[in-house]
Amino acid sequence: MRRLALILLILAAGVPPAVAERLVVSLSNHRVQITSNFTGEDLVLFGTIEPDKGKTTRPAGYDLVVTVTGPRQTLRTRRKERVLGIWVNTASRDFVNVPTYLAVLSNRPVTEIADAETRRRLQIGLDSFLLPQRIGPDVADTVLTDPFRTAFVRLEQDRSVYRESPTAVTFLTPAVFRAAIPLPADAPTGTYEIDVKLFADGAMIERTASALEVIKAGFEQYVAEAAANHGFLYGLATTLMALLTGWLASVVFRRD
Amino acid sequence: MQIYLPIADIPVNIFLVLGMGLAVGFLSGMFGIGGGFLLTPLLIFVGISPAVVVASVSPQIAASLFTGFLTYWRRRAIDFALAAMLLSGGIIGTVTGVWLFTMLRSVDQLDLLIGLAYVILLGTVGVLMISESARAIMRAHHGLRADMRRPGSHVWFHHLPLKLRFKRSRIYVSVIPVWAIGAIIGFIGAVLGVGGGFMLVPMLIYLLRVPTATVIGTSMVLTLVTMIAATILHATANHLVDAVLALILMIGGVVGAQFGARAGQKIRGERLRMLLGLLVLLVGIRFAIDLVVTPDDLYSIRHVRDL
Repeated sequence: MRRLALILLILAAGVPPAVAERLVVSLSNHRVQITSNFTGEDLVLFGTIEPDKGKTTRPAGYDLVVTVTGPRQTLRTRRKERVLGIWVNTASRDFVNVPTYLAVLSNRPVTEIADAETRRRLQIGLDSFLLPQRIGPDVADTVLTDPFRTAFVRLEQDRSVYRESPTAVTFLTPAVFRAAIPLPADAPTGTYEIDVKLFADGAMIERTASALEVIKAGFEQYVAEAAANHGFLYGLATTLMALLTGWLASVVFRRD
Repeated sequence: MQIYLPIADIPVNIFLVLGMGLAVGFLSGMFGIGGGFLLTPLLIFVGISPAVVVASVSPQIAASLFTGFLTYWRRRAIDFALAAMLLSGGIIGTVTGVWLFTMLRSVDQLDLLIGLAYVILLGTVGVLMISESARAIMRAHHGLRADMRRPGSHVWFHHLPLKLRFKRSRIYVSVIPVWAIGAIIGFIGAVLGVGGGFMLVPMLIYLLRVPTATVIGTSMVLTLVTMIAATILHATANHLVDAVLALILMIGGVVGAQFGARAGQKIRGERLRMLLGLLVLLVGIRFAIDLVVTPDDLYSIRHVRDL
């Protein structure tokens, strides 16, 4: 079995790739640490487009779309309605396993980079990204105009965890680019996947992936782990802290 | 200066939270209450998830109450026998409350229930306190003595069995209403993230006729222990107690409480009750407005962790 895999690997390496370009990317920081002074961080993705030997870069130029997706979770979007004069959440939809962070970064608007069909197939842009909802027994993405989908994307954009930025990718030379990935202060912890797609003449010609990790570090990590794993002792310690603070205050301010 | 809260998962301005603690602590010292009913909505307004707020406010209230408790204890203004009876009911109420809170987190209507509960509780308590203190002020104005022990003011629960004599408070009542009051306060405290002092004090005065001398100190024992129990239970069951948030709040709270207590001693009892009644009513009205006025956004997102 292992030998077979090895043969396949050699074969794969030996076969010349069908694409004419190679995409090489590097991230400024693969591990974002949340410490007590964390207020968000801007990461930078650098990359080069290497044309195949003997060929030059395409005169028409390249387009680049970087899609960053954070850890996935099921999120519930609720809608309020007035019931007996009071605003109550009456309807809700669960968005199943959707990214808690989603950034679509490109060098120009995605609608100019590729046609609707390509965007849909490759999930390019917030409008084309699959956001499956649980509707009755089914789990499926809805039409773009679905009020819940619109509201969900709008709310996540307001929180800066979803974004579509047609200026975040800049070409330093025709073949060297940088992309700014902004992580907000309440960026969820976990693994983030970075999907880099290279376009020329409206078609994807190369694709590469990278990843980063957002973790709590130091004191933040210690407290979060204690709260999650040793709830009772954590509660006891918090109580003792409260009593100590209260006692100290009564000693410091004692007048009688 | 921003500080990242490890459980709430957002950064907050440390001075803003400290200031809130100070302000609420001042009022809590002035009125002899925990102040949770003010602090909880303030923190939700800052953007911290309601579930984390309710769990993290408990240790802060415990700290404020413990300071007050020590002061009243030194003055021997605590009826420990009555406190013990209230407590035995209170613990049952707290356990039920944390259980219900855990259940409700899986239902979408937790916000609505908390909102409605605030409106009803604060509205009722506020109106009752204002009208009572208004009558007391009128009486004082006309030179009449306040007479708490009017003949015929005994109601049905004063005739219940299991009567006990509480020496320090000089009352002789059945333990059944005492247990019931304890359980109600413990329950409400755990579900709403409030100590319940603003309800317990009037209940003890009007229902059990506990004298003013021992009522605040005694009520502090119950609210203190229920808040300690709520902290430990919330930490064990929901893992949502943010110790960093609690610490910032309690530092502000205990300092504010000292100045509040001094300010409170300069104001006459019925005036103080009138002020507290107005404050309680205002917060209740604020919640009512939130429920009735069309929200800016009809849609909202809940993360599964908060459910």
